[in-house]
Amino acid sequence: MSRARVIFVLLSGALFGFGLALSTMVKPEVVLSFLLWKDMGLLLVLGGAVVVTFIAYHAAPRLMKRPIAGETFGRHPSVMARETVIGAALFGVGWGLCGVCPGPAIAGLGVGNWPMLTCLLALALGAYVQGRFFP
Amino acid sequence: MSLLFVSTGLIGGMSTVFTTIWSFFSAAPYFRQERFVSSRAWRLVYAAGIIAGAAVWLVFFGEPFVTGVPLWRLALGGFIAGFGARLANGCTAGHGICGMASLQPASMLAVVTFLATAMATARLVAAFS
Repeated sequence: MSRARVIFVLLSGALFGFGLALSTMVKPEVVLSFLLWKDMGLLLVLGGAVVVTFIAYHAAPRLMKRPIAGETFGRHPSVMARETVIGAALFGVGWGLCGVCPGPAIAGLGVGNWPMLTCLLALALGAYVQGRFFP
Repeated sequence: MSLLFVSTGLIGGMSTVFTTIWSFFSAAPYFRQERFVSSRAWRLVYAAGIIAGAAVWLVFFGEPFVTGVPLWRLALGGFIAGFGARLANGCTAGHGICGMASLQPASMLAVVTFLATAMATARLVAAFS
């Protein structure tokens, strides 16, 4: 990785982490109250993120020949497959149980939410079992 | 994710970092795939950035926060979520933001599915606790 690329990735991550903290998404309690339809604020957070990212994903490849520090614009590889639906269903069960998804689990460490270490370890173990036994 | 895309062209999904970490330690063929080995460095930098960004918020705007969700729920929920996100090849970030923003039908289906099961699970757990 070039130095510029490292800096941009770090900055982008920082902006994401800052946003997750500011939007209260780092608090599992807030996520759970959203899932229980008590506080729908996070719908705005997700909606806002999708709209901004939609604009970037569609405008940047048209306006720029290439990324500022990169060769090509990537694409999220989603495949219509059984695994996608089963995996998503399971992911939802886990998310509904703990109120934590990968981004906020990582960002949680930055706001001093130390129990997220348990969550991170569990997420990593789940990823291991998937890759090792259900590739 | 917009900044990441415009500056580097990368797609900022989150759950893949947990799979790529295993590419450092495991010889299992799944973890040795090029898409994991070649992306593990930037994914770790991205994760470090996320912690740093949240810490910046903490220093200037917030107060430390420790969740009251019981550890068993964090552990069991985290494990199931980690497994499911990797089987689905995406989580709230990858499918929810990146996939939806690129209008991919499979991601939209994934989002509807995980929102439904998450809401049902949260309700079920709330009813019994």
